[in-house]
This record gives sequence, structure tokens and C-alpha cells, in this order.
Amino acid sequence: MKTIFHNRRTWAGPYIVFMVLLVVLPLILIGVYAFTDMSGNFTIQNFVQFFHKTEAVNTFIYSLAIALITTFICLLLGYPAAYIMAMSSFRTPAVMAMLFILPMWINFLLRTIATVELFHMFNLPLGEGALLFGMTYDFLPFMIYPIYNTLQKIDPSLMEASQDLGATRIQTFTRVVLPLSWPGIYSGIIMVFMPTVSTFAISELLTHNKITLFGSLIQRSFGEGGTTMWNYGAALSLIMLIIIGLTSFFGQSNETEVDNQKGGLL
Amino acid sequence: MIRHRIDRRGIGSVICGHVYLWLLLALLYAPILLIIIFSFTKSKVFGNWTGFTFGLYQNLFNGYDFSADVRVDPNLYRAIIYTGVIALVAAIISTFLGTLAAIGLFHMRQRTRRVVSFMNSIPMINPDIITGISLFLLFVFLGISRGLGTVIIAHVVFCTPYVVLSVMPRLQKMNPNIYEAALDLGATPWQALHKVLIPELRPGMLSGFILSLTLSIDDFGVTFFTKGSNGLETLSTFIYADARKGGLTPELRPLFSIIFLTTLVLLVIINIRAAKQQNMKGDSKNSPLTN
Repeated sequence: MKTIFHNRRTWAGPYIVFMVLLVVLPLILIGVYAFTDMSGNFTIQNFVQFFHKTEAVNTFIYSLAIALITTFICLLLGYPAAYIMAMSSFRTPAVMAMLFILPMWINFLLRTIATVELFHMFNLPLGEGALLFGMTYDFLPFMIYPIYNTLQKIDPSLMEASQDLGATRIQTFTRVVLPLSWPGIYSGIIMVFMPTVSTFAISELLTHNKITLFGSLIQRSFGEGGTTMWNYGAALSLIMLIIIGLTSFFGQSNETEVDNQKGGLL
Repeated sequence: MIRHRIDRRGIGSVICGHVYLWLLLALLYAPILLIIIFSFTKSKVFGNWTGFTFGLYQNLFNGYDFSADVRVDPNLYRAIIYTGVIALVAAIISTFLGTLAAIGLFHMRQRTRRVVSFMNSIPMINPDIITGISLFLLFVFLGISRGLGTVIIAHVVFCTPYVVLSVMPRLQKMNPNIYEAALDLGATPWQALHKVLIPELRPGMLSGFILSLTLSIDDFGVTFFTKGSNGLETLSTFIYADARKGGLTPELRPLFSIIFLTTLVLLVIINIRAAKQQNMKGDSKNSPLTN
């Protein structure tokens, strides 16, 4: 007993058991439910059902599109902001950065409702436009922060060297700054795309249930309808899980960078 | 060096840059500011100014609207208390579990370490809805009825990885021999942990704890699937249900304002403290916000 405690490796034991039971096993269960019917027999009917419903497939494609557009808008608005902050001579750039990060700490439902109220106040209709605006508003800080972080770490002498060697300002940007900031852009994209593609509450509030996203489709399968839809819902979750897995797989070379960013971000 | 670069870019583009930043900030804060402004008027409909009053704040604290002779939804108060209890318990368990895990992980062989690190990153990468549904299926599968306990367990699942990541940098900076030294000098492992390791790791544990609190308070998706249907609500799920019913309870406006200002003050304090520590120790990895 004594030797077990002396070896600090074993101290992670409880957490490993905890994770196998509450992280790995539950994910395996999603797979099990997805490939079985209500009585527990193997079937691929859940997936067939999904691909046969044009409505469901359309919702899936629409959600992907909305998430991609939101991510793109966030990148378009966020990169210049991060760039200006990182390059400028604010006396207190940290305060500026904090102002951009602060909204992340406020419950996103409250922020979403605030957006809905804003639209009400100016008599703007809720719908697709509100959805895009609200999601951009909710997730923009998640794009700005990691990009700002990487831009800030770039050694200024690299940019000076580039200009001294005859590159124009645009060339310096495209050949030096942009490639060096790629890890930040990557984590920004991940951190905006993942929540937008899987959200269900935001879309329901911002469109008054007019628009259904894939996340809502999953949520409803587990909703009030009893146990009949669980296997179908698990199949949809598995499809979502594949999307998430693919997204993080594409950036695996940046994996450690992402971990650092995430750890620092929240 | 920085000024040098600014000179090259010219004053015009600098001004444009500042204008852009402030516009973006104005956009980000407009909804928040509107809610704060309209927390000082009593109209049921948002955006309808009916004169300055602290009425909503009084209602919120009295639990009763004397002018209209109606009770403020008692579920709101229950939700606030549950949110606090869940966050506190989950954060304490996560900090304990995560710190032990980080120490263990730090001393593992490369290969096992990589496997455990990967497992650790799963709850951070997974969207709420997937974590929520997977745990929902687990509880159903094991026949555990959902309620306060399952919500706390679920919150520990997504909080602990962040504690591990907060404690790790402290371990890397620590002298690895002091634990052995303590044992050689006759301390039991428990004493060595208690008297040597924990004081060294305390700043990392503290940021992990605070992080867990905020993550837990902020969570909606995971809570939604693990709270069951016995009427347990946290602030997030209460707001969601309230907003879906149509009009938002007006008392949520002062509550939101209070939460926002508290967060603001807390963040400023944390960052000032971190900046001070940074100046004292030349240690740049301390702020939970900018780390």
C-alpha cells in the first residue's frame, strides 16, 4: 500500500477510472444506441431513416452552412480587430483585450436574449438575419482572443526584417504575419464552428422556433416524446460527433497549440 | 520598437484602427448596456421606458411586487440557489480530482501520458450537446434517476480537464525533487502532498477552481440533459424555459445587471492581482484570463 502511494503516477488513478466511466463509456453508448433498435437488436435503420427524410438532411446541410457562414463572418470581423490590437501602441493593450474577452464570461443565453430584445426594440424581424447576427455576436470574442494571442507573440523584428529586405506592407502581411498567425486562426475557427454547428438553444430563441438547426433536431429526439426517438437521436448525435471529430482531425498538427489556447481562454 | 512600427504605418490608419475597435466594442456591449438601462424601469415589455425606478431591484430582493400585488416566480430563487450549490460542489470536487490527476499525469511515462491527455481533452472538444446526451444515455443505461447528483457529476466531467490544464504549468515550473526530499526527511506521502505540493500548486489550483465555477455557472447544454424532469432548474435552464414561454420575467433584467457587474469587478480584481504577482515574480503564466 505504501509503495503505491509513493509512486505519484498512481495519483491519476481515480481520474482515469472516472473518465473511462463518464467520458469514454458514454460516448460508446451513443454508438451502441445509434446502431440498435428499441429492443436492442442491431440495425442501421436509424441512419436509413435520417437519409430518407429530405427534411432532416436539409436541416443538417443548412446547419453546416449557417455554422460556416458564422465562422467566416467572425473571422472577417475578428482578424482585423485582433491585428489592430496586437500591432498598436495602446498604453494598456491588456485592458482592450479584456474588454473583448469579457462578454465570454457572461451566460450566452442572457447575451442571446439581450440580442433578441435588441431586435424587438428596433422592430426588426427574428429569423435568419437575427440568427447570423446573434451567433456572430455570441462567438466573436472566441475568434478574436486566440488570434490576438498568436499575433502578440510574433517577434516584431521579423516584420521589420521583412520590410527592410524590400517587402511591401502587404507582402509582409501575407508572407510573414499571416502564416505565423495560422495557429490562432485555426483555434478561432474551431472555437466558433464547434458551438455554432451544435447549438440548439440560440437558434430557437433568435428565430422564435421558425428555423430548426441540427442541434434542435437532436434535442427534440430526446425531448418529451418518450423513449421512442432515442435511438434515432443517438444516430444523429453520432453524425454530429463525426463532424466534430473531422474538424479537430484536420488540425491535428496544431493540437498542442489548441490545448494551450483553450486552457488559457476560459 | 512598437512606436517605430506605428510611425511607419501613419497616423491615418492608426485612427481608422481605433475607430474600428471601438465600433466593434460598441456592438458587443450594446445589448448588455440596454438590459442594464432597462433594469431601471418597470415596464413588462422590454424597450418601453416608463420612468426611472429601482422597482425591479426591489421586487427581485423582496420576492414580491407590492405595486402589482404579485409574487416574483419562486422558481427563480430556487434556480439561483441550485446554480450556486452545483457550481461550488462541482468546482471543489473538480479541483481535488484534477490536481491529483495532474500530479499523476506529470509523472507518467510518455505513452500512457499521451493516452490520458487525449482522454482529458475529449470533454473540452466535445460540444455541450454531445457531452449532455452521452451522459444522459449513461444514466438511463445504468438506471440512475436524474437530479441534483447527476448534474453535479456531469459538471465535474467538463470542469476537471480545465483544472488539470491549470495545474500543469505549476508542476512544470516546480522543483521536482522537493517531494522526494520531503519523503526522505520522513514525511508520509499525505504530509508531503499537504505541506509541500499543495502550497506550491495553490495558484494553479485556484485558477482551476475559479474556471470551474464560471464554467459550471455558465453551462446550459449539459445541465439541460442531465437535470431530469423533477423540476430542478439552474439559472440557465430557467432562463431558457422562461424565454421560450414568451416574455422574459422583468426581474431577470436587474439580476442580469448584477451578475454582469459582479463578473466585471471579479475579473478586474483577478487581473490586477495577477499583474501584481507578475511584477513581483516576473511570472507571466499566472492570470487565469490572459494565461
